[in-house]
Amino acid sequence: MNKKFNKLYNILCVIFALIFIAAMIITVSALPNIGDATNPTNNEVSEKYLTDSSWETGSLNAVSGMILDYRAFDTLGESHVLFVATVAVFILLRRDEDSRKDLPTRCLNQSYEQAYDPILAKSLEFLIPAIFVFGIYVIANGHLSPGGGFSGGAIIGAAFILYLNAYGLESIERFCNSRTYLICSCCALLFYGLAKSYVFYVGANHLHSIIPVLADGSILASGLILPLNIAVGVVVSNTVYALYIMFRRGGFSR
Amino acid sequence: MNYLLNNLPEYSAVICFAIGFSILLLNRNMIKKILGLGIMDSSIYLFLAVKGYVAGTVAPIVTLAEQAAGVDTTLYTNPIPAGLVLTGIVVSVSVTAILLALTVKLHEEFGTLNIDEIIHMVREEDRRKE
Amino acid sequence: MQILMASLLILLVILAVTIAVTKRLLPAVIIFMSYSVINSIIWMLLQSPDLAITEAAVGAGISTVLFIVAFKRMGLFEKAIDEESAKGTEKEASSKSGKEAENE
Repeated sequence: MNKKFNKLYNILCVIFALIFIAAMIITVSALPNIGDATNPTNNEVSEKYLTDSSWETGSLNAVSGMILDYRAFDTLGESHVLFVATVAVFILLRRDEDSRKDLPTRCLNQSYEQAYDPILAKSLEFLIPAIFVFGIYVIANGHLSPGGGFSGGAIIGAAFILYLNAYGLESIERFCNSRTYLICSCCALLFYGLAKSYVFYVGANHLHSIIPVLADGSILASGLILPLNIAVGVVVSNTVYALYIMFRRGGFSR
Repeated sequence: MNYLLNNLPEYSAVICFAIGFSILLLNRNMIKKILGLGIMDSSIYLFLAVKGYVAGTVAPIVTLAEQAAGVDTTLYTNPIPAGLVLTGIVVSVSVTAILLALTVKLHEEFGTLNIDEIIHMVREEDRRKE
Repeated sequence: MQILMASLLILLVILAVTIAVTKRLLPAVIIFMSYSVINSIIWMLLQSPDLAITEAAVGAGISTVLFIVAFKRMGLFEKAIDEESAKGTEKEASSKSGKEAENE
């Protein structure tokens, strides 16, 4: 009975998927052509962003000017989503020292470090600085070239993960423990919130900050975009590393 | 035929969405279900990103000479879908992380990844309690 | 350009079908990673490099690492090795040893 029902369910699922594909293809066929400049998506909003973002926000890259200035609250909420996701994973996977004693040996073996691998350690001596420099380049040039806080932060988080795997937990927890995680993430989120809420409270497009809004192709000429990019990058890299360490051994050791 | 070739990205996105949805329905394994959700995410992002594309234009990064002379908007693609999708990609990773954490917890509790077996075990336990 | 774009899109659909029919989990995750990479190349062709670089770093890199480290935590690799080594003996015995290793 149950097996029969399962078979019927599978067949019904495939039929449903086929009907869905047919319906959606008919719907999509009625949409305007791709790549047409007269499409309704290319309206005055995008025109405004393209023409004004370079001198209003100081960002030559219209996308980062859009997500960090005109629609900055969106990005603030997204950074908080990342932080809340880390907290939720921490609640689910937390393993403190007392509960670690009762665990079977299979689980304990995973929380131990793996053996020192000389090939990995030697090759990462050259690779990790390069990855860090590339990540910092991507964050710092977020307003001049493609990139920004999200991608640069993910690259730096990947470098932290490589460092942990090559040199062990003892070595990375000198500068990357729960305390620095909390301080960095909270400071970055708080800075982001305060900077943007001040701008929204004043109601001005360009705020006179210490950094001038010039958009002349140099790094320090973009108003608030660069500090906000750095804040987002700090949050993302912390999140990536914290998620990894949560899955790996169930929390920071100190 | 020409129309079909031109709108191939949209068709591809729709088909990928349906495939991801059927993975979500057909598979009993929870890791496969998370992968199906990821496919659905990516296909929606592909659809949105395609909507902002304008043929014969370059990425919306204004050059300095352009900026001095006044920006010609017909040279660049639409930046709005790119900004929307950028938000979505990062959020989908945090969703994946939370789902994986829940899966790990369930695997610790029941020792299996099959959702049917887990439901069966939970029902047995309830029956025993009664 | 058109031909490259069309072949990449067809490859995308093929990879999605492959994920649907793959029984083992680690190959499915690796195919999902290549699906993300193909997606990022398509976005590069659609002139949105911001999306391409973010998807290549986050979708292909970080989420795959999360999947694999979750597998390691659930002990799926050790189970697979057990089953591989016990393949010479009976089928039932291998599944039993895998289950025992899990219960320990």
